[in-house]
Amino acid sequence: MGAHTHDHGHHEESFISKYIFSHDHKMISKQFLVTAIFMGVVAVMLSIFFRLQLGWPGEKFAILNAFLGDKWAPDGILDKNAYLAMVTIHGTIMVFFVLTGGLSGTFANLLIPLQIGARDMASGFMNMLSYWFFLVSSLIMLSSLFVEGGAASGGWTIYPPLSALPQAMPGSGTGMTLWLISMVLFVASSLLGGLNYIVTIVNLRTKGMKMTRLPLTIWALLVTAILGVLSFPVLVSCVVLLIMDRTMGTAFYLSDIFIQGEALDVTGGSPVLFQHLFWFLGHPEVYIVLLPALGISSEIIATNSRKPIFGYKAMIGSILAIGFLSFIVWGHHMYVTGMNPFIGSVFVFTTLLIAIPSAVKAFNYITTLWQGNIKFTPAMMFSVGLVSTFVTGGLTGIILADSALDVNVHDTYFVVAHFHIVMGMSAIFGMFGGVYHWFPKMYGRMMNSKLGYAHFWLTMVCGFGVFFPMHFVGIAGAPRRYYDYSEFEYLDKVMDLNPVISMFAIVGGAAQLLFIFNFFHSIWYGQKSTQNPWKSNTLEWTTPVQHVHGNWPGALPEVHRWAYDYSNPEHEEDFVPQIVPLKQGEHAH
Amino acid sequence: MNLFILLVVVLAIIAIAQLTKVYDLSRTLRNSREEEISAADNRLNANAWLVWMFVFFGSVIYLYAKYGDYLPDSASEHGVAVDKLMSLNIWLITVVFFIVNYLLFTFASKYRFNPNRKAKFFAHDNRLEMIWTLVPGITMAFIIVYGLITWNSMTGPASSEAMQIELYSKQFDWTARYPGENKVFGACDFNLIGTSNALGMVTEEGVAAKIAEIDHNIEATEKAIADGIAKGTMPDSYKESLEDQLYKLKRHKQRIMDLKENEMNGVSQWKAGSDDKIVKGEFHIPVGQEIEFVFRSQDVIHSAYMPHFRAQMNTVPGMPTRFKMKPTITTAEMRQKLGNDKFDYILLCNKVCGAAHFNMKMTVIVDSPEDYKAWLAEQKTFGGEPAKKQEETKTEGSDTTMVVASIK
Ligand code: HEM
Ligand SMILES: [Cu+2]
Ligand SMILES: [Cu+2]
Repeated sequence: MGAHTHDHGHHEESFISKYIFSHDHKMISKQFLVTAIFMGVVAVMLSIFFRLQLGWPGEKFAILNAFLGDKWAPDGILDKNAYLAMVTIHGTIMVFFVLTGGLSGTFANLLIPLQIGARDMASGFMNMLSYWFFLVSSLIMLSSLFVEGGAASGGWTIYPPLSALPQAMPGSGTGMTLWLISMVLFVASSLLGGLNYIVTIVNLRTKGMKMTRLPLTIWALLVTAILGVLSFPVLVSCVVLLIMDRTMGTAFYLSDIFIQGEALDVTGGSPVLFQHLFWFLGHPEVYIVLLPALGISSEIIATNSRKPIFGYKAMIGSILAIGFLSFIVWGHHMYVTGMNPFIGSVFVFTTLLIAIPSAVKAFNYITTLWQGNIKFTPAMMFSVGLVSTFVTGGLTGIILADSALDVNVHDTYFVVAHFHIVMGMSAIFGMFGGVYHWFPKMYGRMMNSKLGYAHFWLTMVCGFGVFFPMHFVGIAGAPRRYYDYSEFEYLDKVMDLNPVISMFAIVGGAAQLLFIFNFFHSIWYGQKSTQNPWKSNTLEWTTPVQHVHGNWPGALPEVHRWAYDYSNPEHEEDFVPQIVPLKQGEHAH
Repeated sequence: MNLFILLVVVLAIIAIAQLTKVYDLSRTLRNSREEEISAADNRLNANAWLVWMFVFFGSVIYLYAKYGDYLPDSASEHGVAVDKLMSLNIWLITVVFFIVNYLLFTFASKYRFNPNRKAKFFAHDNRLEMIWTLVPGITMAFIIVYGLITWNSMTGPASSEAMQIELYSKQFDWTARYPGENKVFGACDFNLIGTSNALGMVTEEGVAAKIAEIDHNIEATEKAIADGIAKGTMPDSYKESLEDQLYKLKRHKQRIMDLKENEMNGVSQWKAGSDDKIVKGEFHIPVGQEIEFVFRSQDVIHSAYMPHFRAQMNTVPGMPTRFKMKPTITTAEMRQKLGNDKFDYILLCNKVCGAAHFNMKMTVIVDSPEDYKAWLAEQKTFGGEPAKKQEETKTEGSDTTMVVASIK
């Protein structure tokens, strides 16, 4: 298995090859993380901008005018098109740039070689390209906010014909072109990364690291990468066909359209085809976002409960089951597209099946806590929070999966509540947890735990404060992606929730400053970390605090046991690293 | 204001920085490590989980109490079944929500770190795992079956009693169309849409007029090109754009020529439209009558959403969609029920479709059958004054009639 030969001497590197065009997985991981944090700040700011409009429609906010200028926020009131552009770019950045590129990019790069005992990724060069595609694609997405006509505005799902026809809305002009280009580059980045992750996990595990000894982080990242490699190409096809419809006069997604006084020369295409292709990626995508967070939290919960993760094999089984099922449920986004109702029934069935492995995971987490000896590190706080958001948000998915019920709540705020809790909050919690937990590994220093607690509690309270009330706005019949809800008599009784939601959003957004400060402050001034601060079993904590090229200064470590020998009664200590050989007669897991 | 916010942010950051410094310093003095979570911190957070649980559960209960009766009783027949299913699902997930979150937070709080204790080494238990695979499995089976029964009854074909209404969407309004006496909608085609024909109704005269219009434009364009070439001053780009336009016009004409006149229930669909009624702003439906909505869209995807009837269906350009329902409560009855004489049912757009998406609505009035009849009788038919119209087109010249003949 250690077929990877690598010169891991401490040779001098220039600034450029070390920090910019690095091939080292640890550096690339940091590059992904910092880029994602930056993108996250933008996305949060956008959400606060449009939350101001939703909370206090028609009110003037000088701050909007200051940030957005006279064109988009004349007099401090958000323009209608700008509103849709903000919502769209907020969603796009959060889903793709923060929680796909950022989350997988950071932790797959950091943890895969370190936790399987490899010197680096299978291809450092591809890995570097993956980051650079990601960065360029991020910059293009951001630049689209500044073009004439504004950024793409049709929602992150960019359904044609709206997205295909520049005359349909200003955001479907240059903004949409940039969105599409950015997304193609993003997919290139994901594929380069994903292939690399898969190959590395399959080929470069160190001696003794059987698949059944892998930490659950690696299993989650492996399945995530497989989902990405299988589904992102479909998004590329989907997007390329859309680009052709926009520029070359094809009509894959267009038919029988009369717009702006003109009967377009398009017949025979199908807007619904786009949705099938889009959601064929789109649903696996939500698990691409979620699974790494679940993997991370499994690791953190086991370590800090000082207990083995409960049902290790069942956890692997449920990750695999979720991964498989996620490919055959995409139609639950399309119950009201006019799709054949029988096909709808099939998707109801497959979708609700996912509840079973999800429930297994939730109960296994809780059982891991039971009779544990729990240390509340900031990472642990976020991981316990994740179990709550995962359960709370997952349950409302049962309603949305039921086609008969979805008819009434589809595209309402109920959906917004659901996906923010189950995907947004869970994945962000996983990401924060991961950062607090592996910061010592990344930067050789500790983050401040007091600030971590403050950050956690504010985020938890504000997160639920923002998204839980949205369920009620949604079942009262409030559609999503509306600029103003004040003119609907039947919604008046829930509208007092909107300012409350917006206030939580502002406080919650501001609370992220605690994290950002803590993060950057600790990079330079944090307490120097020890080699294995959390007393963890996994291999990454056997590497020196000071990063070396090739990870382990000497030979690669050999693995003798699974990753979860915490509080094993056959041992004195409450943790037994994977490199410790079995005692004579010790029972292996 | 902005300066103020900036100032607050900057001050906050400085304050945090100072605090952190003090904290770090004291840490060094006490020689304590960041990863060694102090007993006080651990206790604080363990207790905070419980406090949070009470706050969280309390707020959730408050929200249920205050906002739980989200919409008035369903005003459609299938909606009653949907609401029943919804209540059951909400009950179920609420119970599970409380149980699971309770276990999570209390375990987290209870099993806080104690240096004198070692955690229980409990790696798996097949019996337990079987339980939480099977119980959700059985529950899901029940939800699936119950859900699909409701779904199938909602989406089955409309009965023979159903009356059809077309809802037509465009940026940013709705149009309703009733098929009239003959119960057959006139054919529609996007190629015929124009200022005087918003739905693109296909009639012999309309086709002829449109072709005449296009022919006229073709002629004018051809002439402009020829003139330009003769003068020799026309920029190439302008010439290209004219040629492009010419090409489009010819394609447009071709598509109209390809239209075929079909029959339905023994009526020509090109003629069936003359008694169709087209209304905007608000539309009426009779209570107790099964209605099959047929949806069409002019430009982009919209979605016809009528929350009070638990009804929603996308409208897709180029692909008619359908949704059937039977209204059960008239607008007047609902107003009385709610004690709100301003109440109205509403049709909204629920698929983002452009800047005024949020404003794309139409009032729905459920009438008693008599009121409905009276209202419908007042609405003008599409044909309007048919005799006069026909004469107008006749005078347009013989070539038009030829074209029409050739289409047939
Ligand atoms: C600061 C916290 C956040 C706030 C206040 C917030 C708020 C909102 C709101 C109000 C919408 C508009 C919903 C609509 O009209 O359809 C929205 C859309 C969205 N948000 Fe967030 N959100 C936050 C964080 C996140 C996170 C962490 C994610 C990651 C999954 C996310 C993903 C999305 C997506 C995918 C959309 C849909 C965009 C669209 O309609 O195209 N948001 N958000
Ligand atoms: Cu999905
Ligand atoms: Cu619309």
